[in-house]
Amino acid sequence: MKLITAIVKPYRLDEVKTALQELGVQGLTVTEASGYGRQRGHTEVYRGAEYRVDLVPKARIEVVVEDTAADDVMDAIVKAARTGKIGDGKVWAVPVETVVRVRTGERGPDAL
Amino acid sequence: MILAAAHVNTGDTAWLLTSTALVLLMTPGLALFYGGMVRTKSVLNMLMMSFVSIALVTVVWLAAGYSLAFGDDVLGGLIGGLEHSGMHGIGPGSVHGTVPTLLFATFQLTFAIITAALISGAVADRTKFSAWLLFVPAWTLLVYVPVAHWVWGPGGWILDRLGALDFAGGLPVEITSGASGLALCLVLGPRLGFQKDAMRPHNLPMVVLGAGLLWFGWFGFNAGSAPGASGLAAAAFLNTLAAGCTGLLGWLFVEHRRDGHPTTLGAVSGSVAGLVAITPSCGTVSLLGALVVGLAAGIVCSYAVSWKFKLNYDDSLDVVGVHLVGGIIGTLLIGLFAEKAMTGGTQGLFYGGGLAPLGKQLLAVVVVAGYAFTVTYGLGRLLDKAMGFRASAEQEQTGLDLTVHAETAYDHGVLGHGAPFSHSVVAVQKAPVREAAAQKVESQA
Repeated sequence: MKLITAIVKPYRLDEVKTALQELGVQGLTVTEASGYGRQRGHTEVYRGAEYRVDLVPKARIEVVVEDTAADDVMDAIVKAARTGKIGDGKVWAVPVETVVRVRTGERGPDAL
Repeated sequence: MILAAAHVNTGDTAWLLTSTALVLLMTPGLALFYGGMVRTKSVLNMLMMSFVSIALVTVVWLAAGYSLAFGDDVLGGLIGGLEHSGMHGIGPGSVHGTVPTLLFATFQLTFAIITAALISGAVADRTKFSAWLLFVPAWTLLVYVPVAHWVWGPGGWILDRLGALDFAGGLPVEITSGASGLALCLVLGPRLGFQKDAMRPHNLPMVVLGAGLLWFGWFGFNAGSAPGASGLAAAAFLNTLAAGCTGLLGWLFVEHRRDGHPTTLGAVSGSVAGLVAITPSCGTVSLLGALVVGLAAGIVCSYAVSWKFKLNYDDSLDVVGVHLVGGIIGTLLIGLFAEKAMTGGTQGLFYGGGLAPLGKQLLAVVVVAGYAFTVTYGLGRLLDKAMGFRASAEQEQTGLDLTVHAETAYDHGVLGHGAPFSHSVVAVQKAPVREAAAQKVESQA
């Protein structure tokens, strides 16, 4: 199994959710996040004084899937989240040893 | 100004009652205006500095301030007498011009309140609250009251003797608060992290709400100064609206050219700058003059607020850039735009009045700004020596809301986007009544 984490622009979240549902992904977790990449935040102006704000609001999406589905899921997220502009985010995958469904105690892929 | 004694006019009285309430509303409006501009950790302290000024100034005004400002002159135009201390000798039947004296005194009191509160913007985020509690009454008696006497008191040297013009308080309100704000921020020094950390306004909608209330109240401030329900009040009312609008547009114009963005804070700041500048001139200039006064203030003040970064003094919320500069613009432009139809006599330079009116205005500005700055600086240093005027570094870092008032304004998550887990924090105070009742039920069972 793989844990896929995606950091995307918050306003692309709905598109990513729809794409994952179409792929048959059963569940996901979304967290409000802040951070920056190469573009380093944005500038705000108050009475002529400029402030650099380096942390930009982001949505962090986490989903655990079977190994065979991982590439498709990552591709779907990238396609749905891409705007072509700077700050579109990142997606990565890491191996997961095991998963337990809390309600039933099922383990492994059955718990997904 | 004391008008010839007459009977109470109910129309004038009704308008001044309304105006008095409008001007009093400006101080809570100012609290929101300033409160939105500070950081989250000090918003309650900022609100408190305005609110507590209402109480402090009212007490000293009724005790002695009114009498010293509006009592009979005792020192060649410099100060009034103490014959009305504690409102002695003034009852429901006393008349000032065409309105009850008690009403006139209350109307003037609301001016004194907001003037003291205005200064708090210069020293936001770092002032010791106990020192502020002493500063406000002392400042009111030492700075506001004498200048009010010079301008409006019977025999005051600025209006009655020099013949300079100030309709609704450019000198006693805007210039004294601006010059005093500058003096006090020099006494206190800059906020920790000034010129390094971003100190952006924490709630711009609150700033807009506060500015809206200020503008609403300003109609009472300016048109109430007529002082009656008259054509002059109507002219002052319209001039107030006009100057606020051109001030707003002027500031936005500068921002658009300089920064590329017309900002919300810029729009409300511009309207306030226009309103500040039209305060002295709303009853002395024509509508054209009002439009120019507002525009000039919007443009010049939007540049003036950046002085603090260049000169390295920390006037937190730009009391100097908006009130001192705006007040000077409005007071001086009277010398150019004064019109006989409004003033009943004086004509400005552009209407053939020569340079004399401008000279009088300039002298009044220099003396009032110099007096307010000097006395406030001395008073600030004295209080600083006696008890410390500045909050401790720890209080300032943590925020004055929590450390001084034991309150916080908002229930925030770490990143400020919500507080999903905040309610898992257990209330420290138990509910003894309920618990006792539950135990009682249990024991009965």
